[in-house]
Amino acid sequence: MAHWIPLWLHKLSSPPVFYGFAGKLRPWAIALALVLGLVALYGGLVLAPPDYQQGDDYRIIFIHVPCAWMSLFIYGVMGIAAFIALVWRIKLAEVVAMASAPIGASFTFITLVTGSLWGERMWGTWWTWDARLTSELVLLFLYLGVIALYHSFEDRRQGARTAAFLALIGIVNVPIVHFSVNWWNTLHQGSTIRLLGPSSISPSMIWPLLTMMIATKLYYIASLFGRARVDLLSLESGKDWVRQIAENEVRR
Amino acid sequence: MADLRRPGLGHACIAVLRRDLTLAWRQRGDMVLPVLYALIVTSLFPFALGPEDALLRRIAAGVVLVTVLLAMLLALDAMFRSDIEDGSLEQLMLAPQPLALMLGMKILAHWVATAVPLIVIAPLLAGMLHLPAPVMPVLLLALLLATPLLSLLGGILVALTAGTRRSGMLLALMLLPLCVPVVIFAAGALAAAQEGLPWAAPIAWLGAALALAVVLAPLACAAALRIALDS
Amino acid sequence: MPAMTSEPSATPLLEARALSFHRQDEPVFGPLDFRLDAGELTLIEGDNGSGKTTLMRILTGLLRPEEGELYWRGQPLTWDRCSGEVLFLGHQLGLKTELSARENLRFAIGLHGHREHSDIDNALTRVGLAGFGDEPVRKLSAGQKKRVALARLLLVPAALWLLDEPYANLDRTGIELVNGLLEAHIAHGGAALVTSHGAVQFHGGEPQRIRLHG
Repeated sequence: MAHWIPLWLHKLSSPPVFYGFAGKLRPWAIALALVLGLVALYGGLVLAPPDYQQGDDYRIIFIHVPCAWMSLFIYGVMGIAAFIALVWRIKLAEVVAMASAPIGASFTFITLVTGSLWGERMWGTWWTWDARLTSELVLLFLYLGVIALYHSFEDRRQGARTAAFLALIGIVNVPIVHFSVNWWNTLHQGSTIRLLGPSSISPSMIWPLLTMMIATKLYYIASLFGRARVDLLSLESGKDWVRQIAENEVRR
Repeated sequence: MADLRRPGLGHACIAVLRRDLTLAWRQRGDMVLPVLYALIVTSLFPFALGPEDALLRRIAAGVVLVTVLLAMLLALDAMFRSDIEDGSLEQLMLAPQPLALMLGMKILAHWVATAVPLIVIAPLLAGMLHLPAPVMPVLLLALLLATPLLSLLGGILVALTAGTRRSGMLLALMLLPLCVPVVIFAAGALAAAQEGLPWAAPIAWLGAALALAVVLAPLACAAALRIALDS
Repeated sequence: MPAMTSEPSATPLLEARALSFHRQDEPVFGPLDFRLDAGELTLIEGDNGSGKTTLMRILTGLLRPEEGELYWRGQPLTWDRCSGEVLFLGHQLGLKTELSARENLRFAIGLHGHREHSDIDNALTRVGLAGFGDEPVRKLSAGQKKRVALARLLLVPAALWLLDEPYANLDRTGIELVNGLLEAHIAHGGAALVTSHGAVQFHGGEPQRIRLHG
């Protein structure tokens, strides 16, 4: 173990400690995510004024944009966890990386669906090979590749490490894809409508967006902790601390 | 004490290349399959889209490019498969040679055995779809840069799936995001050449990517293999 | 008599300290302590599923032990430190069935190096495959394939042989052949680790034994 890793982080990476910590934090994260999400939806769908061009159609951004941010953010988290898992072979990092993948894929999928719905209203088509949408689609495939590779191994830890390597390749790939798709788009003079003009956004639209962003982050934390706890239990099923939890459950 | 003279790098590289190419030649029936596949796929397009010259001319370059890519994907699975099954890969990993370089040689041999026949047949495929003759050299150049890039990227992915049983569809899913930029730049060069515009820039991008991949991909491939077989 | 009782030198060729391995938290074997000096033969015994092959793969460096340490000439063992000094013969023989025995052996030499005063023809004769050198390996019987792999031991230089079930598929003369190869290797100061689940008769003195319990 490297010496510069803070002691508390090192302690937290031990499965039983993380299991307890995540179990305590998870309900709070869920509750806060729900409250903030509802507040943001109210702010976005009711309080914010309609757009002078798009009318009420633009309101889908209060879902679309936070999800798009999350799709990239989670890929980043997965990449960092994957790197830690490969370099220091920490079990928790493997679990976090692999538990993040399906959540990230879901956010990417929601981004694509909401983008497509919005596109139908704005451009009159369900799908357009817009640079951002295309990059997002490639991102979805990256997520799916990681998930599929993870599940194709019988040994779960080995699957996790292998998929972690793929996630790292993806981290290198995402900017290249984005650059190439942008280039491709200008080459074919596609309709690059700027969905969010920098000037057209008013503060009454910004605060619901930011609130929703925090809500999605909290939801991610809650979901990640839930998945990680289950994975840790099944990975460590032979260990004493898991046996103790099982015994406590039975006694209850 | 046993004499511990180690063979030179050149010797080892030639040994790997020679063995893999001999094997490919002994099983040359397998080499023909991707070529046949490419021929069939290309000949399906006129049936599906109608035999109008103008339309075919417009899509020719892209179709040939994607067909070659799919044909390579078909053969990718076999890159290390038999070596894993018969234990040769373990012997290669235990040899006193840099694994990355040896894997690079294996990828090179695989490229020669699968991509070169496809490049040779590419003018015929393009001709079937009426690709204008002046674009033909650009097509060959793009394929010469894009196919080794795909082989190198594919090599990493094949190494990652080395510990799994079935990997055909999985490889396709994993390769797709990686090959998007390759396809975009290769097709970009071809589109530019067809419209009589300068096409050097995307070709240069491909060349730069290939130079990077030649250095980095074998290293990544070796690392991936060590992770995937560590069980 | 081979030097089976050589002084335990300060740094053994291979040393294992508290080596153990778990698969999905199920213990496979260990903790295990042993040391192996040059000119020494060690037998690893155990029933099916006792982890003999796993131990072999760990000793080659292909697999990481979960706990415990391995030292190669006093240094922590990594795959690149011992590569070239270790020759591994596993269940999968590492032969290309489409190539001839001679081509397979030539490839092994190209990769691992060539032992002095050895050539492919002599090695093939020694393992009883004279006249089969140019046959594709797929046409040989299981025992003959094993013999091709054994010929590699004669051709390639290595300080330590790791032989996983070398007696499998072999007839009586084949077993004699393996014993003869081992004796010569030990006599020249080589070391060997051999797994087997049956009784092995070794004429070169009493080997060290490691017993694995499944």
